[in-house]
Amino acid sequence: MADLRTSFLGIESPNPFWLASAPPTDKAYNVNRAFEAGWGGAVWKTLGESGPPIVNVSGPRYGALHSNERRVIGFNNIELITDRPLETNLEEIRQVKRDWPDRALVASVMLPMNEAAWSKYLPMIEDTGCDGFELNFGCPHGMSERGMGAAVGQVPEYIQMATEWAKQATSLPVIVKLTPNVTNIVPPAKAALDGGADAVSLINTINSIMRVDYDSLTMYPTTDGMGTHGGYCGEAVKPIALNMVAEIARNADTAKLPVSGIGGITDWRDAVDFLALGASNVQICTAAMVYGFRIIDDLVDGLGTFLDDKGMTLAELVGKAVPSVTDWQYLNLNYVEKAVIDQDLCIECGRCHVVCEDTSHQAITSMVDGKRRFEVIDDACVGCNLCVSVCPVDGCITMRQVSDDDADKLNWTQHPNNPMRTTD
Amino acid sequence: MTRPAEQPDVRPSRLSRDEIEANFQDLHPPLGRSEALIEADRCYFCFDAPCTAACPTGIDIPVFIQKIRSDNVRGSGKTILGENIMGGMCARVCPTEVLCEEACVRNTHEEKPVEIGLLQRYATDPIIDSGVQLFARAAPSGKTVAVVGGGPAGLSCAHRLAVLGHNVVVFNRDEKPGGLNEYGIAAYKTVDDFAQTEVEYILSIGGIDVRNNVALGEDVQLRELIDAHDAVFLGIGLSRANDLGIEGESLDGVVNAVDYIAELRQAEDKSTMPIGRTVVVIGGGMTAIDIAVQSRHLGAEQVHMVYRRGPDEMSASAFEQALAQTTGVAIHHRAPPNRILGDEHVTGVEFTSDGGRFVLFADMVFKAIGQQIGGFSEFAMQDGRIVVDAGHGTSIDKVWAGGDCVVGGSDLTVTAVQHGKLAAIDIDRTLRGAPDG
Ligand SMILES: Cc1cc2nc3c(=O)[nH]c(=O)nc-3n(C[C@H](O)[C@H](O)[C@H](O)COP(=O)(O)OP(=O)(O)OC[C@H]3O[C@@H](n4cnc5c(N)ncnc54)[C@H](O)[C@@H]3O)c2cc1C
Ligand SMILES: Cc1cc2nc3c(=O)[nH]c(=O)nc-3n(C[C@H](O)[C@H](O)[C@H](O)COP(=O)(O)O)c2cc1C
Ligand code: SF4
Repeated sequence: MADLRTSFLGIESPNPFWLASAPPTDKAYNVNRAFEAGWGGAVWKTLGESGPPIVNVSGPRYGALHSNERRVIGFNNIELITDRPLETNLEEIRQVKRDWPDRALVASVMLPMNEAAWSKYLPMIEDTGCDGFELNFGCPHGMSERGMGAAVGQVPEYIQMATEWAKQATSLPVIVKLTPNVTNIVPPAKAALDGGADAVSLINTINSIMRVDYDSLTMYPTTDGMGTHGGYCGEAVKPIALNMVAEIARNADTAKLPVSGIGGITDWRDAVDFLALGASNVQICTAAMVYGFRIIDDLVDGLGTFLDDKGMTLAELVGKAVPSVTDWQYLNLNYVEKAVIDQDLCIECGRCHVVCEDTSHQAITSMVDGKRRFEVIDDACVGCNLCVSVCPVDGCITMRQVSDDDADKLNWTQHPNNPMRTTD
Repeated sequence: MTRPAEQPDVRPSRLSRDEIEANFQDLHPPLGRSEALIEADRCYFCFDAPCTAACPTGIDIPVFIQKIRSDNVRGSGKTILGENIMGGMCARVCPTEVLCEEACVRNTHEEKPVEIGLLQRYATDPIIDSGVQLFARAAPSGKTVAVVGGGPAGLSCAHRLAVLGHNVVVFNRDEKPGGLNEYGIAAYKTVDDFAQTEVEYILSIGGIDVRNNVALGEDVQLRELIDAHDAVFLGIGLSRANDLGIEGESLDGVVNAVDYIAELRQAEDKSTMPIGRTVVVIGGGMTAIDIAVQSRHLGAEQVHMVYRRGPDEMSASAFEQALAQTTGVAIHHRAPPNRILGDEHVTGVEFTSDGGRFVLFADMVFKAIGQQIGGFSEFAMQDGRIVVDAGHGTSIDKVWAGGDCVVGGSDLTVTAVQHGKLAAIDIDRTLRGAPDG
């Protein structure tokens, strides 16, 4: 099978799958189990200053968005950084790294906005033998109210400043973990780069409220009747994370910044998405929390088999899809596709018809010659892909190119309807 | 075949009371909430859904399933009961494998339809159990309609008429309302006295006065009903069991299946029902299957079901046939009965088949070859059933009819319910259009 060994900023790991800094990496017990199961690396649950430990709520700290089959689609939490004493964590990191020298072990840290804290703690943590640092500028709840986490990550100047302090305090690689709770991810990434970061990792969790309780009509979940927004993660956030990763990868200012991709990765295909859009490795939290560590089997095996089938190395996959991402204005408006329904696969549920009829372009029949039959009316079809999206049968409706390959290309910047067009 | 030593061997308690009770448990146990949610998720929410087209009462199945999915169970029940007030019974007794579930597009996709019947039960049970009223009556019309027969057709008609603002008097021959829901349907399809609970729910709308033990033609005449009411609906089912017309039919131990089933349904303790050690059932429909299966459940050691034609002509569905076979019923095809043997009590039945004549010994013989209306010759009839128009009007002015007793009755509960509903709508239209007096 394809060689999945990865060197991220010189940190070696047998595969590109690291556990993200979160409950799965809370202590030696969990991390040992993860490494036994085959995980390539772990970013230790975020460490803070020494002193009185962090206090978590003792009510529910998680909430989930379920499908009817109670599959977890989205997940949210109000957990803070580690609530264990710093000393205990350091001892355990030291021991785990000693026991698992071939695995990546990165320390996640969150410190206040003063240089002294960074120069005090980073050397102390580096002494454990860990492979690098991840700066948590992303946690969107609790810690941000104390001027850390997302409170830093939302202000590029702070990111740059803290990153500089970190780089001065350690010689190990420094990864800056970004918050998605910003309108544009590029400035924070650029700030990390300017501060000397060796890489960025993203995304941390997204501000979220899961729902209300339909009996009490309070938000849900609550702690003693009150709740607060938490951080959203799991499968549902992947598209948001992918966009942010791709933005960094395709922006000239940040393109050279290595990326560790995080957000909703559940099976190997999700990892392919991140890698192809520019991430050099990936981190996972929710999927492990929902299914346990044994998902690593499919992740490793699936990615390896995929690369074998493609005849590609892992390095060749990284960034492969980035050139295909562009701005809307550069899309070829002369290119035309239309839907085709494979009548042999059609189960005649009629959903394509009703959605096209009600919400798109009235381009799918429901009857032909008095019989229930769903056919695309080419003249009416605008190629929007709605029918393909809703069809329950994989491969039954596909899009077919109808414009000529050698037809002239025409994008919005050149389009006659565009008063601001730049070319003729 | 040697003749069993001790014939006739007919007695109660062939199995213990507990065993018999266990045998008569719910055939398809209800779905729990998580099962229902998972199953509901399988529905594709089809456009112009084939399942709805296949349901004789036209329930909007994708919509009721969508409501289960969103935990709007009461709304789901209302979608069902609004089209089919006996949606609870239908969920238990409809041969869904030849109705809605046969039409499910999942059959094409993966050969396993959405379990529509069980989902329908999931949505309707809480409503019938709690008795929550989902319907409101329209302003009183001042009209009164006589409904003859308290079965599915009659009660469906009565309920819809009551909702539309009319008053209804139901004249019912049996001691209890419900028709074959109470006296005919196999006991394991409708456990825990569901038929009466459902009737109570239907009547809770108000405006329906049920008079039991009143038979049309005996205790009351059609003309009197027509004169005393604004309209009359007949939902009298098929009361007279067909005869075989062969030798030996009047021997002891030769019983009409429907009569026996009616007694069985009413028996407090089913182990008190005498049943033969060896039972022969003549017929190929739902009644034949039901009596054969219930005979086995009562402890009959050998049950033969003998049908004069082939398996494809049987009106019992493939599912029903399989149920009989897995319950230990031997099904014989293409063998019409020749004569019934015995001096006083039946000892066996002689059949004709391609391979010549053969005899099956029997301690009891059940006739399950259909029923007919019995009487009512004043109506235009066809094949022994009353002819009706699209609105279920009969050849007699002011008289409508539906259910098993009319042409087009398919001998299904769901069809009878639909007939009653259609007739009520037509009666309402007629009464509102007609000048007062
Ligand atoms: C053994 C058996 C099993 C069956 N199993 C199923 C099944 O599993 N699924 C299914 O869908 N269908 C089944 N059926 C068919 C179903 O029960 C009938 O199609 C349905 O009950 C017909 O309803 P109805 O209202 O027309 O008649 P009925 O249910 O027969 O009701 C007729 C009513 O009219 C009354 N009545 C009759 N004559 C008079 C009179 N002269 N005056 C006043 N009242 C009168 C009776 O007391 C009765 O209440 C079964 C039938 C039988 C016999
Ligand atoms: C319960 C929980 C606690 C978390 N704690 C931390 C943390 O301490 N430090 C951190 O950098 N990220 C933390 N995260 C964010 C995850 O590391 C990760 O960035 C995010 O969940 C998105 O990835 P996923 O979709 O694979 O879970 C936490 C996430 C969860 C669910
Ligand atoms: S009434 Fe019968 S046919 Fe109609 S949906 Fe219910 S189970 Fe299916």
